[in-house]
Amino acid sequence: MPDLMKQSPYGTFLEHCKKGELAYQVSTDDGKAVFYPRVVAPGSGSTHLEWRVSKGLGTVYSTTVVYYKDEKPLNVTLIDLDEGFRMMSRVEDIDPLAVKIGMRVKVRIHPGDEKQPPYPVFVPAGRGA
Amino acid sequence: MSLKRGSVAVVGAAESDLGQVAPHTSPVDLMAQATLRALDDCGLKLSDIDGVFSAATQVRTAPMTLAEYLRIKPRYFDGTAIGGSSFMSHVAHAQAAIEHGLCEVALVAYGSTQRSVSRAAASPREFNPYETPYRPFMPSSAYAMAAARHMHQYGTTREQLAEVAVAARKWALLNPKAWEKEPLTIEQVLKSRMVSYPLTVRDCCLVVDGGGAIILTSAARAKSLRKKPAYVLGVGEALSHANISSMPDLTVSAASESGPNAFGMAKLKPADVDMLSLYDAFTITPILFLEDLGFCRKGEGGPFAASGAIAPGGKLPVNTSGGGLSYCHPGMYGLLVMIEAIRQVRGECDKRQVKDCEVALAHGNGGVLSSQCTVIFGSDATL
Repeated sequence: MPDLMKQSPYGTFLEHCKKGELAYQVSTDDGKAVFYPRVVAPGSGSTHLEWRVSKGLGTVYSTTVVYYKDEKPLNVTLIDLDEGFRMMSRVEDIDPLAVKIGMRVKVRIHPGDEKQPPYPVFVPAGRGA
Repeated sequence: MSLKRGSVAVVGAAESDLGQVAPHTSPVDLMAQATLRALDDCGLKLSDIDGVFSAATQVRTAPMTLAEYLRIKPRYFDGTAIGGSSFMSHVAHAQAAIEHGLCEVALVAYGSTQRSVSRAAASPREFNPYETPYRPFMPSSAYAMAAARHMHQYGTTREQLAEVAVAARKWALLNPKAWEKEPLTIEQVLKSRMVSYPLTVRDCCLVVDGGGAIILTSAARAKSLRKKPAYVLGVGEALSHANISSMPDLTVSAASESGPNAFGMAKLKPADVDMLSLYDAFTITPILFLEDLGFCRKGEGGPFAASGAIAPGGKLPVNTSGGGLSYCHPGMYGLLVMIEAIRQVRGECDKRQVKDCEVALAHGNGGVLSSQCTVIFGSDATL
């Protein structure tokens, strides 16, 4: 179990983001992927959690486009990563309405800004990915 | 040990003022107003209340704050807060408390001034480092993704979603208390301002001020009061997740657990239900709940709604008040969902009254399809 006086699950996740990586955990008892990062494995309560770096490839599980006033339409998706976990994200480099369920996507770390630390977004994986 | 079918009944039920209330009205003002109306409905006094159940996004310590306002000293209180279904949960917990003698007269109350103060002020979103950066427009975007997935898997169409809003509007035109007063067409729903694709503003519930209160007591005491009791025949409560990214399957809600539990306790099946009051936060939710509660097969909720079944004159009346889409939706709307079911069982619904309504099912939804709680009410003929 991590020492929460020294490091938090999100803190570790963020360190990976800063290195351009999408990190997740695996419960080594049963090999199941865990996301979002936690101090114990959900369900089993096991503390045998190992950090891994995702290959960053996944499939769009569902998608929406948000229409905020006076802004460009914004994509929001749920993505199933190949390693067996689901996360919320956004697919960039494509018309937000052209993001479709079943589409293959690949992670890219958004640099963030002064308020928002780096975070993972996705782009279409393209052919051969 | 399990709860007993029909051991308690709702004896008083009332809305507060609904719509846009006067400036500076507080959510607790609305709770208190509804409480007095509900007491008047059954003939009990404020001093009879010895159990207080409440939750409200603008009142973090709702049972405590309401008890102070009314100056009552409850023997039992519960502030379970799981979103819009909290009040169905309160009914289940009140039933347990009354059965065990922990209280005898339970008040369940709610109030919100979200239209007056804005939704952002009334229900600030919690920060989640794994969702907030993507700026989903919550809760709408979560329901939009559930709708998109349902459309993908089952061929559900935007027109079928719109049918839910149109049916709700038809019912609302029969309810003098409904916020919406004009007819609505499928085309109007589809062409309205897009909020979070595929949901337009007409696929989304209203944002109004309001609240409500119900009074429960033992079946024995209920018989001596002013109105026909609405007996609690069955209850079911279930949680499946908190954040939409943790929902196991966006096309199946935990109503598929709460519903069978409520039916099991009530010793009833879907075919026994005369009307449904389903939390329609968005047009996709009644479709999911019709499926998950067993009124049609998974994937067939869209065609079921489009068949006219749920509208006035249809075979299964749903949301006869006009629902959260057209009657009122003051934030956590679950208490109002139950009030309509209670009134149908009492036969108080005038032009929208369902004929011979003996069994009414009220289903609450909370969070982003996260909490699902079902209450089945019955008239004395069902005991």
